[in-house]
This record gives sequence, structure tokens and C-alpha cells, in this order.
Amino acid sequence: MTDASSNDDQVLRVTDLRTYFPVRSRGLLSKTIGQVKAVDGVTLSVAPGETLGLVGESGCGKSTTGRTVLRLIAPTSGRIELDGDDITRMSAKQLVPLRRKAQMIFQDPYNALNPRHTVGTIIGAPFDVQSLNPAGGVRAAVQDLMERVGLNPEHYNRYPSEFSGGQRQRIGIARAVALRPKIIVCDEPVSALDVSIQAQIMNLLKDLQDDFGVSYLFVAHDLAVVRQIAHRVAVMYLGHIVELASREELYSRPLHPYTHALLSAVPLPDPRAQASREQIRLRGDLPSPINPPSGCVFHTRCFRAEERCTVEIPELREFSAGHTVACHFPMLEVIPGAVIEGPDSGLTPQPVPYIRPPSEVISDIAESGSLARAAGVDYVEGPDTPVPQ
Amino acid sequence: MSAYVVRRVLSMILLLALLSLVVFILFSLLPADPARLTCGKSCTPEIIEANRHRLGLDIPVFAQYWEFLKGLFFGRTYAANSPDPVQCSAPCLGYSFKRGEEVFVLIKERLPATIWLAFGAFVLWLVAGISLGIYAALRRGRWQDRTVMGVALVGYSLPSFFIGLVAIFFIIIRFQLLPFPSYVSPFENPLQFLQTMILPWIILATLYAAFYMRLTRNQMLEVLGDDYIRTARAKGLPERVVIRKHALRAGLTPIVTAAGLDLAGLLGGAIILESIFSLPGIGSLAVNSVNDADLPVIVGITLVAATFIIVANLIVDLLYAVIDPRVRLS
Amino acid sequence: MTTAAQPFLSVDGLSVTFPTEDGRVQAVDGVSFSVERGKTLAIVGESGSGKSVTAQAIMGLLDRRLSVVTGHAWLAGRDIVAMSDDEVRHERGSSMAMIFQDPMSSLHPFYRIGAQLSEAVLVHQKVSKHAAREQALDMLNRVGIPDPKTRIDNYPHQLSGGMRQRVMIAMALINSPSLLIADEPTTALDVTVQAQILELIGTLQQEYDTAVVMITHDLGIVADIADNVAVMYGGRIVESGSVDEIFYHPQMPYTLGLLASVPRLDQVRAERLDPIPGNPPSPISLPPGCVFQPRCAYFDRVAGHACQTVRPELLDIGRGHRVRCHLDSGQRDQVASDVLAALAGGGV
Repeated sequence: MTDASSNDDQVLRVTDLRTYFPVRSRGLLSKTIGQVKAVDGVTLSVAPGETLGLVGESGCGKSTTGRTVLRLIAPTSGRIELDGDDITRMSAKQLVPLRRKAQMIFQDPYNALNPRHTVGTIIGAPFDVQSLNPAGGVRAAVQDLMERVGLNPEHYNRYPSEFSGGQRQRIGIARAVALRPKIIVCDEPVSALDVSIQAQIMNLLKDLQDDFGVSYLFVAHDLAVVRQIAHRVAVMYLGHIVELASREELYSRPLHPYTHALLSAVPLPDPRAQASREQIRLRGDLPSPINPPSGCVFHTRCFRAEERCTVEIPELREFSAGHTVACHFPMLEVIPGAVIEGPDSGLTPQPVPYIRPPSEVISDIAESGSLARAAGVDYVEGPDTPVPQ
Repeated sequence: MSAYVVRRVLSMILLLALLSLVVFILFSLLPADPARLTCGKSCTPEIIEANRHRLGLDIPVFAQYWEFLKGLFFGRTYAANSPDPVQCSAPCLGYSFKRGEEVFVLIKERLPATIWLAFGAFVLWLVAGISLGIYAALRRGRWQDRTVMGVALVGYSLPSFFIGLVAIFFIIIRFQLLPFPSYVSPFENPLQFLQTMILPWIILATLYAAFYMRLTRNQMLEVLGDDYIRTARAKGLPERVVIRKHALRAGLTPIVTAAGLDLAGLLGGAIILESIFSLPGIGSLAVNSVNDADLPVIVGITLVAATFIIVANLIVDLLYAVIDPRVRLS
Repeated sequence: MTTAAQPFLSVDGLSVTFPTEDGRVQAVDGVSFSVERGKTLAIVGESGSGKSVTAQAIMGLLDRRLSVVTGHAWLAGRDIVAMSDDEVRHERGSSMAMIFQDPMSSLHPFYRIGAQLSEAVLVHQKVSKHAAREQALDMLNRVGIPDPKTRIDNYPHQLSGGMRQRVMIAMALINSPSLLIADEPTTALDVTVQAQILELIGTLQQEYDTAVVMITHDLGIVADIADNVAVMYGGRIVESGSVDEIFYHPQMPYTLGLLASVPRLDQVRAERLDPIPGNPPSPISLPPGCVFQPRCAYFDRVAGHACQTVRPELLDIGRGHRVRCHLDSGQRDQVASDVLAALAGGGV
């Protein structure tokens, strides 16, 4: 299952994917003054029945990657193959039949469901969109699904507000699996949930995978959650995959200094183990993706960086079978106890969020008729990544 | 910042030019024929043609627009070849043959009354609306809140022509508490000015204050629930400092936008109130001109009112950037 | 340094109720704990457990018109619950301070960092504006803000999330309070930044000899920084004790359930986690007996339906360890060893 062979049996194959958002000056005579390189040359593949975890901190491009592979965001360049079909440049109309094969689960179970639709309508929507009439009717199919994800089928006519956070996430999952897709992109599906509920949802995802053989591209910031659910894990930093390995390899023998830092930053729920483990403190903040560092993007915060790292971009190369890393000086040893600090003084200039003058907002509302959209908040977009201006 | 202002002013000018063109084309499509309307009772096709020429309407619409633009900057002469040419000096917004007056002069004469009405009401409604709105927010859910909001609802739902007529009937005609309205400049006769303006001010302010009460109350309630208000309280600041310094500044910011645009809208003439109280302002001029089908005046007023709105938009945006440091104007 | 282990904060039978249209919401029910200076108490719980309301009640941040607070919260021997609004206000920001979950929204967007820090000084100390600014600058330096002379004139939006939380910490500690309450201070931050912030809180705690109450849902953070732990569920403390007792000798089925349901970074776990079934209770309709009974797998071991009907007391089982459970000590040991063995035994 974890064998990422070069055969074309992969459910999803992404090659050198780039998603750039233009940064435009404002006003009548606006021009592009830069680009946010949210995803910058990502290559990955997901096999049938496999879960690929995509981890990283906010702003690393993991969510954008997840959305781009579903074509919810237009890719700038690269190639996306879904179950053998190149969908990179397909029109919205051409994509409709392929949407059966790929679905999405969102982070925020509160905002991802339309509050004015009943649960039955929400879960049955994919059938309508694809003009499918399952045997026994849509209602029966939806109630089957509800049962399957652990909801009471009698609650068919209830509204999302009548459900708890965990139950709403179950609704979102039922909607996603309705058409038996080949792959589901899960964007932080458990991070808004309580610990005890998180475990329920993760078990559910696992059960569905066992039953239907669905693949997951599991986007998350929580490394412990990813360890629990993923077969293979890709670590992203500033638009790049810096390390990709099987779960066993990545957690027991991480190679990239950033992976080490990430792992050591997660406190263990075990006081004695926590007191005696490797501690690496990264300093400073993520550099701006508009103007990423030269060479290795991590060198400004890396405690192992040398001259070479500032000029030469490290290629993603295979260190051992199935374990690839993009680093000139991969870390082979674990340093317990000592605290290692990175060099960045923390002076990274912060990209200032653009708040629009009222007149622009008003004209946007007039154009789109939607206050939420005008305010830069998108209904279907999760709150994780700001909607690029 | 200054580059932003320059760019905004440039795009503003472009917008105005575009707007005037649209207005021009729109009015040229109207079935009413100004040449015919300016022609008296004994009208013959020849006179109509002559009038059309005098009005400058015998050339294509775009040529007319070009003439209009030229007139705006350099003035223009109507019926230059006829025995009695009409001079319209720059800035020429057109010429009303009906009234025998330049449109610009007409508007300039009417502007003071409108400005006095708008500003007086503006001050009244801001003071009443904002203070009552804050009061209601701080007494949320209690009888004071419900009373203020009830009053706001009533004020909001009464049409101004109705209150205006009722006020005239009771206060002026029936109980004669005020003399009959007759507008004079405040520099000539301050007392008569106040006696004339007080009712229209109050009526106009009631309408807007009701809206601002609700806006202010909702803004304040939203802000009072914000995290930084909790931070301010956690610092140990007295509640009045929390309200005045932390909540008000954030809560009132969006009101700047609404207030600026509302004021600009009123400068285009409070049509109903000016007519009811026979104030010689832009609004009543507009009404009369529509009745008379005096197209040049209507075009002029439309453009002037639009200019107010566009300029107010710019000012509001600049003001916003001063109040909210997160707004970058670049 | 204080000499005796006299607790600086001692909470005794604290309860908070909110009268609402849907009925009386019992958010916090008879909570008792204490913290010494220099020590950290972690309050762990899920949403609706009452942990944040407890913190806000101690800080006097609950609106007295909308809530009823009873019991005692002794701050250096004086009961905050019995104080007038104005008296509590004088303690807030001077002897006790608080930092919040979201550093993005917890700073006023319109005022410069320096102004917001100086304001905290000026409200409690009789010093000049210039002196207050000097204190602010010194504090920014201590919390590790690089180039504080420039940053002091920045607006909050010009700083990153981690920097803003540092500013919040600077603001909380600027009057050297003896008690710091941190309500999920790192939940909105990335893990690498979280590690920096937790380390900073620890360093400053040593420096100022501060009592820290850390409110969190993350057992990893508890293990990392706490001396003592109180586990809250349905508005009550269901288990409390030293960090070693809670992690290595847990007794209450809820605590065991939490430990069993967290995915672990450092351990090979079974393919399926062992979650607690069901949902946390709503504070509007709490179960009459043990609040955890509807989700508990062991209540049928207790005779006479006691779990459904009788509210268990917080029982002292020695070593400072308290448990609120009807199971007797033999049953509890049995349950605990079963769960912990299953945890250790599973493997991928």
C-alpha cells in the first residue's frame, strides 16, 4: 500500500505543482507587484486505499495544495492527474463527472454546512449534482449513509444547528463519501474538535477507508493526529515538500532539520518522556512567501545551515527506499536533552494584512451580492488560510 | 499616501467624466424635446428648429457632449450666429432658456440653503443618534434599551413628508408657535433663519438619527464582545475608560463611512423637505426643473450631486485610513 | 522568594451559574484548588467543561448582571468573590493577570503596542508617562521581542501571532503580578511558536516567582509545564493531583478515556484509537448523578445505580490525589491497569 511505484495505478498524481497568487496594487491602474508562492513545485502521489498526510505550519501551503489538487483553486503550473485523467486544465464542465471521484472534508464543521438546508438535503446534494438516482431512492441512500457515519437516520429532516461539532463533521463526511469517491481531501478535519471527539472521527475515517478503499490526502498541522492516520507523510515548509517518507520512517528516523524541529516542538502527554527528549527551538517566524529566502527556503531558521544552503536549492532526493528529503545536511542523529536554537532573530517582516477601504468593500458587495465574500471570507473556504486578495 | 491620493483623484475625474457622459446620453434619449418645450404657444416647425439650434441640440449627441465639456472649462456661447447670442461663462454647466439663467449660477444661488439644512440636521442626528445608541448598548436588554430602540423604530418608519405636513399644520398653522417658514441667510436675520430651519432640521434629523441609533448600538454591542475589550478589562482599566477609549474608537469607525455618504447625499438636495418648507435649495430646484422639463438644470444638478458623493467617498476613505492604522492606502 | 508553601490563590467551592431563558446554566460547580507562587496548576478539560469560566470568575471578568458567582477565591488571603467590582478591578492587572487564546484579536487594533503596555502601567502605578514607556520597553525586551525600540511603536497587525502573544505576556506581567492565568495561550499558534511561548512563560515564572494557572485541552502542554493538574468535566473537577499522579496513576474513567483517546507522537498505537463514546454534556442539562456516567463504560460495576442518581464526592485517596468516582479503590485500580495495559500493548 505504501509502495509509491511509478505505475499509473495512483489515484492522485501531482507533478511539480505550483500555485501562485498575484499580489496586485490597488485602484484603477492596478498592476501585479509580486506573487505569493503558496505552492512551489510540489510532487506527490496517493495510491488506492492509502492515506497521505500533508503536515506543516500555517502558511506552508498545505491547504492550498489540497484545494488545488481538487481544482478549487486554479494551479499556476504543473500537472494534476486524478485516477489517470489529467485534470490540470479541464473546464468546470469537464470536471463535473470527475467530481464523483474526488471529494473534500473541511476543518470547520460549523461553516462548511449550509445552515438553511436539512441534513438530508446536504448529504443528498452530490446525487443531485451528478443527476444520479441510487436504487431505492435518494432518501434511502442518504439514510444508509447517515447510519454508516454514526448519525441517527431519523434526524434526516434536522438542520445543522441542531447537531454538535462532532456530529456536524459526520454530516460532512457522509456528504463526501456519498458517491464512493476514490479520494477525499481532508482539510484539518479534526482540529476544531474536542480530544474525545477527535478520536471518534479518526476511527470513522479509518473504518470508511477499510470498507470502501477510499484514499485520503490528509492535510493537518497536528503531527500526532497524522501519525495515527497516515500511511505516508509529507512535510511542507513555505510551499515546498521538504521531506516525504512512510509513517514509520518519518517518526522514527526524521532527516530534515525542520521535521526534527516540528516533532520536538509537540509536547508529549507524558511528563517523564517530555523532560528527557530532543528539544529544538526554532526562532522567529515563517518568512514571507512573497519573497522567500534564496537557496533552501528553511535556511533562515535552520540550526544546521551553512553557506551552501543560502545559495543552492536542495533537490528532493531519495535517502532510503521511499524516504526522500530536500536537505544538504540531513540529520541522522537525535540529540536528546539539549536545546538547540535556530539563527533567525525573529526580525522577519510580517506581511501586513490588507484591509480594504470601505468604498471598495461596498462596491464588492454590489458586485457579488455577498457580504461574506466582500469581506474576504469565503463560505466554502476554511478559516485556516486567508483568502488571497 | 500622497501617491494614493493622486491616483484616487485621477480616477475620480475619470469617473465624473464617464458619469456626465452617461447622464448626457440618458437625457438625450428622453422623449421630451427641449426645443419644443421652450417654444411658446404659437409654435411652428421653424421656431422649433431655430430653438434647437440655439440650444445646441442640432448636432450629434457626442458633439453636444464635447461642447458641454469645452463649456465647462472655457465657457460657451449659445446661438453664436443669431442676433441675440447667449453667453455662458466657465464653468458652464449649461443654460436654462426657461429661466434665462446659467445653470451654474442657479445652483450656486440655491446651494447655501441646502448646505445649511444638511449640516444642521447632520450635527443634530449624529449627536442624538450616537449618544442614544451608546446609551442603549450599555443598557442592553433593559427598559432603557427597549425604549430607545422603540423610538428609533417609530422615527425610522415615519415618512418625512408626513411628519413635515403634520408639523406645519400643528406647530405653524394651528398653534402658531413658529412663523410661517421663509428662508433668509443667517447673516441677514439669524432669528428668522433659525425659526425657518428648526423644523426641517428636526424632521430630517429624526429620520437619520433613528438609523444611526440602531447602527451605533449594534456596533457598540459587537465591539464590547471583542477580545481586546476583555483584555482592557483584564488590565484593570475602569469601565468608563474601557468604553470611551477602547470600545468607542473601534465601534464608531464604521459610522464615519455611513455619515460621510449620508451627508453627501443630502447635499444633493433634501427634495421633499425643501419643497414642503419652501426652502430655496437644490432639492426644490430639482423638483421645479422636473416639472418644467428644464433639462439643462436637471443635468447640472445630477452632476453636482454625483460629484458630492464621489468626493465624499474619497474623504471617507482617507479619514478611515487615519482612524484605522490597518488600512493601507497604497 | 516566598518561604512557606502558603498558596497564593486558593479557590474554595467556586460555583458560577448563568440564569438564561433556557434555564439555569450551571457552568462551574463547587470547584476547589490552590496554587503556590512559582508553581503551575493546569486545568484540563474539553469545551463546556467550565475551565474558562472558572478563570474568568477568578479574574472578576464575568458580568455580575448576567452571572451568579458563589464560593470563595482567596487571593493572598482576601476573598475576590466578596470584593466589590472596583476592588477586584484594582487587583486585575496588578496582583493577578490573564492572557488569552487568540493574540490576534486580544490587542486593540488601533493603538500602538507601547500605548497599550503603558496604559497597563499607568492604571496601577503612579508614574510618569515617560517612566511607563521605559517599563514597557524593558518588558518587551524581557519577553524576547527583537528590536523593542522599533517594535514599541508598531501596531499589533505589524507583528506575527507569536510576537503578539509575547506582547500579551509582557502586558500581563508588567506590574509583576503574583498570579498569571493563561487561558489556552498557544491554541491559536503553530507548534514551533507554541514551544517558544511555553518556554517564555516558564522562564518568566521563575524570574517573577509567579503562580500560574494554565487552562488547556492539550495533555502534552500539561505534561510539559504543570506541577499539579485538575481535570474538569461538566463544570466539576473530577480528578486532581500532582502531574505524576495524573499521568502515571490516573483513577477516574474520564481521565483514563482522555489518555486513551489522544493520538501519540512518540508511541506506536493501535490502528484504531479507543475514544470516549458520545458527546460532552450540555451545562443546561447535566446528568443528576455523576456527570460522566452517560459516557462511562464502568458505571454498571457500581451497585444500586449510584452513578445515575448520587453525585459522587471528590475523594482524597492520598498523595494529594483526589478522585470523584463511585468505583471503590480496588475497582479503580482494576480499570486503570486494564486501560493502561491496553494502551501499552497496542501496536501498528
